[in-house]
Amino acid sequence: MAETAGRLERLRPYRAVLASRARSQRAYRANFAVDLVSSLLVGVVELAEVWVLFTNVTALGGMRFNQILLVFGLADLAFSLADLSFGHLDNLPDFLRAGTLDVFYLRPQPVLAQLITSDISLRRLARAAVGAAAMGAGLTTSGVTWSPHAAVLLVLGLVSGYATFAGMFVLAAGLQFFLLDGAEMTNAFVYGGRYAATQPASVWTRPLKLVFGFFFPMAFTAYLPAVAILGLPGPQWLPAWLGWCAPAAALWSWATGLLCWRWGLRHYQGGGG
Amino acid sequence: MRATARVYWRLLAAGFRRQSAYRLAALGGLVANLTFGLLKVAILFATVRAAGGELHGYDTASMSTYVWLSQGLLGSVNLNGRTDLALRVKDGQVAVDFLRPVDLQAATLATEAGMSLFALIPRGLPSVLLGALVVGMRLPSNPVFYLLGTVSLLLGIVISAATVYLVAVAGFWLVETRGLQILYMLASGFLGGLYVPLALFPGWLRAVAAATPFPSIMMDPIDVLSGLGGEAHAAGLVLAQLAWLAGVAAAGQALTRAGRRRLEVQGG
Amino acid sequence: MNSAVGSGAIIETDGLTREFRVRDGRRKRLLTAVDGLTVRVEPGEAVGYIGANGAGKSTTIKMLTGILVPTAGRVLTCGLRPVPDRRRLARQVGVVFGQRSQLWWDLPVRESLRILAAIHMLSRAEENDRTAELVEQLELGEFLSVPVRQLSLGQRMRAEIAAALLHSPRLVILDEPTIGLDVLSKQRLREFLIGERRRHGTTLLLTTHDMGDVERLCDRILVIDHGRLAYDGDLPGLSRTVGAQRVLVVDLAEPVPDLTGLDGATHLSSQAGGLRQRLAFDAEKTTAAKVLAAVSGQAEVLDLTVEEPDIEDVVRRIYAASR
Repeated sequence: MAETAGRLERLRPYRAVLASRARSQRAYRANFAVDLVSSLLVGVVELAEVWVLFTNVTALGGMRFNQILLVFGLADLAFSLADLSFGHLDNLPDFLRAGTLDVFYLRPQPVLAQLITSDISLRRLARAAVGAAAMGAGLTTSGVTWSPHAAVLLVLGLVSGYATFAGMFVLAAGLQFFLLDGAEMTNAFVYGGRYAATQPASVWTRPLKLVFGFFFPMAFTAYLPAVAILGLPGPQWLPAWLGWCAPAAALWSWATGLLCWRWGLRHYQGGGG
Repeated sequence: MRATARVYWRLLAAGFRRQSAYRLAALGGLVANLTFGLLKVAILFATVRAAGGELHGYDTASMSTYVWLSQGLLGSVNLNGRTDLALRVKDGQVAVDFLRPVDLQAATLATEAGMSLFALIPRGLPSVLLGALVVGMRLPSNPVFYLLGTVSLLLGIVISAATVYLVAVAGFWLVETRGLQILYMLASGFLGGLYVPLALFPGWLRAVAAATPFPSIMMDPIDVLSGLGGEAHAAGLVLAQLAWLAGVAAAGQALTRAGRRRLEVQGG
Repeated sequence: MNSAVGSGAIIETDGLTREFRVRDGRRKRLLTAVDGLTVRVEPGEAVGYIGANGAGKSTTIKMLTGILVPTAGRVLTCGLRPVPDRRRLARQVGVVFGQRSQLWWDLPVRESLRILAAIHMLSRAEENDRTAELVEQLELGEFLSVPVRQLSLGQRMRAEIAAALLHSPRLVILDEPTIGLDVLSKQRLREFLIGERRRHGTTLLLTTHDMGDVERLCDRILVIDHGRLAYDGDLPGLSRTVGAQRVLVVDLAEPVPDLTGLDGATHLSSQAGGLRQRLAFDAEKTTAAKVLAAVSGQAEVLDLTVEEPDIEDVVRRIYAASR
């Protein structure tokens, strides 16, 4: 009991900031409505880009449209939720330019934990809803044989996918300390990563499989769990059983992310920033 | 003499240093651009192959041309809807712009077009060259397409600036243009053919796109430059672009006048 | 070596040094921002830390608070090592950066203070008592529910100080707290800081360009120049070192060359091509009237003001004296 209370107390600083951010976003109702609709449309247009391809062909990379819906849905749901809770790490270059990162040093919590909980973008819930709907449609129309296995894979894939994308945001933030004006470079694996995650990895060339299959483990966020759930064989280098390894990808993503963040912070404290 | 030479050397070095900041930004943009390009190549090549090697006139080589030209154009046409002018309209600083003895629309378009042209050097050309080098692409042999293509490219850049200008001046009437800006971003990317060439769209959606200026920003210059559909088709596209430019420019001019009147009546 | 450690000093540095690698064209150059700083500040002291722009003040503050790692030397703040013990130190130090807000731009002041209370884990009673005290002393009541972005500069600075002092830190570091404030706001702020120090025994370290801050608030002055400690002592001592310098500013009818050859006065600077010139003179040896007469012999004077020497001049004089 006392231990739980202590832990809750330790989270109080983070809760206070997040609750306040969430309140202030909903305070301006008209703005928030516009944000929600915009975010919803972003999700819809991204889905439409995939759908357009399937008006020309029946299968891509060995997957029909309803199967791709599962990949797209898993990827976009996980990414939108990661974006909701970690996306503001993208603002780090502004903090670095203005010197406002220093303010975080004056507070008795770890800098990264403060940055992560410094904001929350509730509008991304609308885009997550598009992902959830696509995932639901994919699951119900592609003839998944339900089993405990499939259910575990789905949950495992979603949670790991969320964590993997979140780790990518941390990795990008760590690199910002070095990239400075070249901040856009991290878009390649953060937003490029999201785009890759919605694709059937079977269409990738070998270098792409290496980069987005393993180094930035995007195939593990949606494609591999989906292939395992659907009972499809994976392509060369990416067999279906790897779908079970999604948590390992999440761990790898966070390991590289935290390592980079540590390097970045050291660089900053060393005065190179 | 030596002192003068040193001054110029210093200026040169300072300019070089200033440029190096942009070089880093350009490099960052280029890496992101190439990554997206490679992913587009993967999915679009798979689509062409799934269709039997040819799809609405595209084979893999011409699809590659589409991908890298579109990635190259990305830094030079405005597909995000954000402009400095929108901010100036919002905070009222545009009243100062109206005091200058130049036409607000013409001045804005000229500045935007200048920046867009410059972006071709660090962003546009390297994207196309590297894409061609890594993936390969087909380019037309007939010089007419390069001539028409250059005109079409310039028109695309100006139409983009003139269309996004409409979003900015809508701020004279709307308190918040952010919703409109995001709408522009989504429509210009999707209907402009950023992710999938418009030829692959179903007929009704192609018709929707054709009713907007967005295809003339990106898709048309790409079609003209890649020589798909022949010379007459290319010339027709350029003429259509001219018509769109006249249309959006006239709309911009009308909105600017009305907005200025509104500003003068309300006193800012 | 360790005898001094933990002996109760609030700030203790020994040979504190910080170098930066800066890019100069293609070459890389080593810049020493803080150079062998050895200083000891006792609890309850009020120290003015002054120096020209780029003298190393901000770098020192960043090393004291754990934002920057020293290149060499030792530093203890509140008996803690700032970098490894940063989080513990944060509970005992409050910092006001003139240019970097700690408040939430879009939130009312009251809510910013509530969040900061949670961040510093204050109990409900501590939070209420301290907030009430600060609201009263800093006169925040009138704008507590106004979003920070709508505050005037003076109001914002008061709110910033409340934010930095909410957790009752033992050491308060203020970086240019009165910059840009009008005379009345400056006065109020200084009175608050004097009162806070009297009530709680808080140690103050402030950087400033305003000699008024130093005169009213500080009983000890550290002058830093090119990263080195150039003076450590009280204000009368500083005046003796620098000389009882005053500055006569004259606005002339026509631009003239720098007025360098005047009797009893030295030329400090010229503006607008010589239309406005600043002349320093020693108040013990001559008078403003005599200097003015000398100037009038060379040009027509339209307007004049007599000002106290500013920090830049003081530092320049110390630098010249130490040669």
